[in-house]
Amino acid sequence: MAAAGSEAVLAARARRRNLRRAKEAPIFAFIFACALLSIITTVGIVIVLFEETYNFFQEVNIVDFFTGTRWTPLFTSKQFGVLPLLNATLLMAFLAMLLAIPLGVLAAIYLSEYAPPTVRGIVKPVLEVLAGIPTVVYGYFAIQFIAPQILQPLGQATLLSAASASVAMGILILPLVASLSEDAMRAVPQSLREGAYGLGSNRFEVATRVVVPGALSGIVAAIILAASRAVGETMIVTIASGNQPILSWNPFEAMQAMTAYIVQVSLGDTPRGTIEYSTIFAIGSLLFLVTLAMNIFAQWLLARFREEYE
Amino acid sequence: MTVAQQTMRPVARTSSKLLIRRNIGRLFLGLCVAATLSGILALVVLLYTVAIDGVGRLNWDFFTTYPSRFPEQAGAKSAIWGTIWVMAFTALFAVPAGVGAAIYLEEFASRNWLTKVIEININNLAGVPSIIYGLLGLTLFVRAMAMERSVLAGGLTLALLVLPIVIVSAREGLRAVPPSIREASLALGATRWQTVWFQVLPPAMPSILTGIILALSRAIGETAPLIMIGALTFIAFTPEGPFSEFTTLSIQIFNWISRPQAGFADTAAAGIVVLLAVLLSMNALAIGLRSYFERRRKW
Repeated sequence: MAAAGSEAVLAARARRRNLRRAKEAPIFAFIFACALLSIITTVGIVIVLFEETYNFFQEVNIVDFFTGTRWTPLFTSKQFGVLPLLNATLLMAFLAMLLAIPLGVLAAIYLSEYAPPTVRGIVKPVLEVLAGIPTVVYGYFAIQFIAPQILQPLGQATLLSAASASVAMGILILPLVASLSEDAMRAVPQSLREGAYGLGSNRFEVATRVVVPGALSGIVAAIILAASRAVGETMIVTIASGNQPILSWNPFEAMQAMTAYIVQVSLGDTPRGTIEYSTIFAIGSLLFLVTLAMNIFAQWLLARFREEYE
Repeated sequence: MTVAQQTMRPVARTSSKLLIRRNIGRLFLGLCVAATLSGILALVVLLYTVAIDGVGRLNWDFFTTYPSRFPEQAGAKSAIWGTIWVMAFTALFAVPAGVGAAIYLEEFASRNWLTKVIEININNLAGVPSIIYGLLGLTLFVRAMAMERSVLAGGLTLALLVLPIVIVSAREGLRAVPPSIREASLALGATRWQTVWFQVLPPAMPSILTGIILALSRAIGETAPLIMIGALTFIAFTPEGPFSEFTTLSIQIFNWISRPQAGFADTAAAGIVVLLAVLLSMNALAIGLRSYFERRRKW
């Protein structure tokens, strides 16, 4: 009797539990769908980019695309050599890194190895503010201050140039390099520093011979992530670099980066289905692949770096 | 050579070497401080330049009038309202989707290949240039779903862009809640979802909120993806619904920067001052929230 009663109670409980679980099934489905959304986004990006890119390469020879030195898809005599755009993008990213790597890594060493906690607590958020300023503001800064006040007195002939954009971009990615490198340096175990101090090293020697080598893969990952950000940067190069697809090594000339070309086309009224319209997707695909490769490499480095000290 | 000289010599050499080492160390510290200061100096100069240029145009009319062909009369009313509309839709989509994904990954996902693929994928999406999201929004929302250049298309595009930021910060917040709280709740007979909803989410809320604010402060400054979906047009009205055309503050600033007439540079600076004021107060709010709740945390 009692056993039967408790069985009934148990059965009722089980039924209630199942009901509660059934009620939660849609919630579970929803949050699973949310997690899948990121994959759908990636698939969407790939399909959108490669569909039009395929159309583009139906009409343009892929070898000509990668080796041609003239980019004139908006003129009547169309030429589709991507080198001027690719060169401009890489040159500006390189110059920005030239500014951001030394300053960013040195700032990271200061914050991680020298700065008292209070100074660090103030400086780090300030640098993060610098990284959070919209790029359109850096564009304004480039043509209203950097070019006329710094570069033109140094001999730059025109207001708009690759150099104007590069300096602004360097300021934009400096905090990124500093913040990520500092994270890597702080992850180096304290015992390594203490060992070096015990052997008679001073702070400079600990920083440069223990901490920096120990954090090297993390620092390199930071640099690559910053470089990938520079390659994909759009508004600064659109506003400040002059938008001339010229193949040149001289940073004081006007140039056009890949991203700036995409913006230029989308500002005009280019009808869908034309070759001009496909060009922005071909350029977009190239941009996507370059930044993706850099990001994957940086993530791989970071994963290896984390393993080292765990 | 006397014994004294023999012992003196190495000592003297060491001390001069020590001096060199010490000076190199000081020089290096100087370099590091200079590098750090250069970053701060850049920020100060930037803010100063923008403020000096823009403050002359900043008056009540700037907020209440529409863009104009004349720089002195150009206002940001449509841009400010457009920004508010687009941000509202960005948050509407990005917050539930981002927090939902974070809950799934932290609380429910088993350690299998799919979870790993999703995690790697989120990391990579965070590094995709924003202009690529613009191309996606243009093809998917504007063209394929025929939303045209609407507030809705802009909000969806920006929501996809900031989704990784929301997910990553929400996950950090959830991870900081100790497992013992979940175990206690489950032991008392709560279901997994009840545990998440009533026990895990409330203490994780401050971090999630901080992440949402940071994500929106990223979205509010984005220009390139909105240009891609065609939002750079002359708009002299405020949006009336999700299918209205719109402009935003960042786009309006870009528009003013690109005008050849000299006067528009100052108008652009005024717009930047407004944008930066909003952004900096959002950042300050996020930092304040974080430190307030960190002090009140019970574990």
